[in-house]
Amino acid sequence: MSTLEKTERKAPTTQAKESVQKSGSQAVLEALLCEGVDTVFGYPGGAIMPIYDALYDYNDRLKHILVRHEQGGIHAAQGYARTSGRTGVVFATSGPGATNLVTGLADALIDSNPIVCITGQVFASLLGTDAFQETDVMNITAPITKWNYQVTDATEIPHALAKAFYIASTGRPGPVLIDITKNAQLQLFDYEGYEKCDHVRSYRPAPEVRNEYIEQAAALINSAKKPFVLFGQGVILGKAEQEFRNFIEKLGVPSASTVMGLSALDTNHPLHVGMLGMHGNYAPNVMTNECDVLIAIGMRFDDRVTGRLDKYAKQAKVIHLDIDPAEIDKNVQTTVPVWGDCKVSLPLLTAAVNQADHSEWLAQFRSLEQEEIKEVIQNELHPTSDAMTMGEVVNILNELTGGDAIITTDVGQHQMVACRYAKFNNSRSSVTSGGLGTMGFGLPAAIGAWYGAPDKTVVAIIGDGGFQMTLQELGTIMQFGAKVKILILNNEFLGMVRQWQQLFHDKRYSFVNITSPDFVAVAKGYYIEGQKVCERKELRTALETMLNHDGAYLLEVMVGKENNVFPMVAQGTSVSEIRLK
Amino acid sequence: MEKQEYTITLYTENSIGLIGRISTIFSRRKINIESLNTSPSEVEGIHRFTIVITETEEVVRKLCRQLEKQIDILKAYYNTNEEVIWQEQALYKVPTDIIAEKAPVERLLREYGASAVVIRNDYTVFETAGHREEIDKLTEELTKYGLIEFVRGARIAIIKNSAGFHSKLIQFEQKQPSEEIVENEYLDKRDDVFTM
Repeated sequence: MSTLEKTERKAPTTQAKESVQKSGSQAVLEALLCEGVDTVFGYPGGAIMPIYDALYDYNDRLKHILVRHEQGGIHAAQGYARTSGRTGVVFATSGPGATNLVTGLADALIDSNPIVCITGQVFASLLGTDAFQETDVMNITAPITKWNYQVTDATEIPHALAKAFYIASTGRPGPVLIDITKNAQLQLFDYEGYEKCDHVRSYRPAPEVRNEYIEQAAALINSAKKPFVLFGQGVILGKAEQEFRNFIEKLGVPSASTVMGLSALDTNHPLHVGMLGMHGNYAPNVMTNECDVLIAIGMRFDDRVTGRLDKYAKQAKVIHLDIDPAEIDKNVQTTVPVWGDCKVSLPLLTAAVNQADHSEWLAQFRSLEQEEIKEVIQNELHPTSDAMTMGEVVNILNELTGGDAIITTDVGQHQMVACRYAKFNNSRSSVTSGGLGTMGFGLPAAIGAWYGAPDKTVVAIIGDGGFQMTLQELGTIMQFGAKVKILILNNEFLGMVRQWQQLFHDKRYSFVNITSPDFVAVAKGYYIEGQKVCERKELRTALETMLNHDGAYLLEVMVGKENNVFPMVAQGTSVSEIRLK
Repeated sequence: MEKQEYTITLYTENSIGLIGRISTIFSRRKINIESLNTSPSEVEGIHRFTIVITETEEVVRKLCRQLEKQIDILKAYYNTNEEVIWQEQALYKVPTDIIAEKAPVERLLREYGASAVVIRNDYTVFETAGHREEIDKLTEELTKYGLIEFVRGARIAIIKNSAGFHSKLIQFEQKQPSEEIVENEYLDKRDDVFTM
């Protein structure tokens, strides 16, 4: 291989079309370089060894982060994709390496993360023979990938990867898996260069935006007395944050975020009225059933957002902007569908609507917000009880970071608290597992989030349960020096399940009592500094220490054991029946 | 909305594993595929799936959108039985002696539009093509005469109101669909239009 490299270097004027001999593995790495990939998260193994062998020679051009488990690898790639806006890349070997990706693939599909996974596979001649570390990765991953493809011949590699990056990153993004048999990785072939893909005939990334629908939508909006905007991650994925702001500012329309849409709009923006959903804010949930025109932008009416569907926004005309035609009318019947990329449709819509003032309508949101502050928020952020609350931790964190930090979360009560109270000044600052609700996501995602935005402070807010699912990734942090701040909110329970058991199962606490190791000692074992805080008076200083520390840091905060997250739209009830306690 | 039989027609790339992706879209929602046929289409290199399910129109429409979302599927159509010309084929194996003795072959051929594919001393194989009811009727008839084997093929269907896929494919080959096609497709028939 080194001779090949030398031949190449001797002839730097080689014309693009002139072919050189390369192995399939080299072609994989060339493809990554041509796609502008700088970081790969991966774990080697038997069937992907030729690619790792080639990687040895590309070490100066491609950063490879050796994770501790493939699930950690794909969650890190997701975090990277979410903060950088680029495609996350993962390497894994066949068999168990590939099956360990499954949770991450499902998570990335439902949350629309652009990911390319490259898995090794046994020799093509061994496919279907139950060979060592052989598993049917293609069929296992078919329902949880946007597209997958098995390569058994090296000549297919450049095009397969070009197609993979194109499909993963365009339209509604999603994970793509390319499974490459070992013989194809080893095979030498006439490499004719890499050509990026910009068209697949059976795939339309985005429907054309139609003027007719823009006009219909504008007419509806102009006639609205009580318009209400719901925005989701589509605004971020479409890189349309500015276009979105122009739109809502021209209308003066109250706007609420989904969990996945957080940070698309500055949390302190005067038109931001909070978060939707089961543990979202009071006003946006109640007002969903009061508005006359509901404008949904890049969101998919998840059941956690809608609550009981047959009592959801029945009074409203619905305008739905989405790039994915399958989302239109899927859960909520649309009056005007505005298919297409919101980067294109929002400016058209902004131009077509009349400047408006809905300050009275907005004031109604603010008055409901006052109710929520009185009933819930005040107590959560400034508790009078002895036990610390998750909310007060997040609140002090806000004060210290000023809303400039990237927050990744795991799944559960702490996630809902973080999503409710964290301040975000910048887009791509919130990284959470919204659709799949994957416990164990927070820590590895934070590692990737930091590689995607290394100049930012990255804080991983994690519960005591979820942290124990993927804490092996402390090893990755240790080895590569990822400056991740780990903030464990420990309530000594699997809190969200406990909350449900308390509210809906007569307080029959069934296997939610979870004990933890000495997390600070565990971190210390990985040479990561940390401390544990049990008293309120130590909290602020501890958070400051964590943020000011140059490097990774683990801060464990003991919070009230049986605190609940409110408000809450109980399952099977309407958004207007949201409970404040 | 009432459930009824729908024929779903898919124009697809001919790729390995696509049938699995298609079938999981149904099985994930616990919907039974009653009949599935794969074949070439009128356009070279484009595959055609014909799938029959019994569901409400709303469910079928949503399924078609999920199907079209698959990268290797170019287009999904759904039609009621009235909107398609459809056929199913069947083969029947019966003992020749009983048939010869009890049921004149000519009568069966006449009544059911069947034809004998093979006539041997020991058995005869009939073939027929038509709608489900006719096939079921002949099956019932032949059961009386010691039906040995029976098999029915998947439904194949031609959409009455379709100009075929030739011009569509030209659009798909282009990076952006032309205005003309977009106009035709988008204006009123919102339910028919997903991809372009």
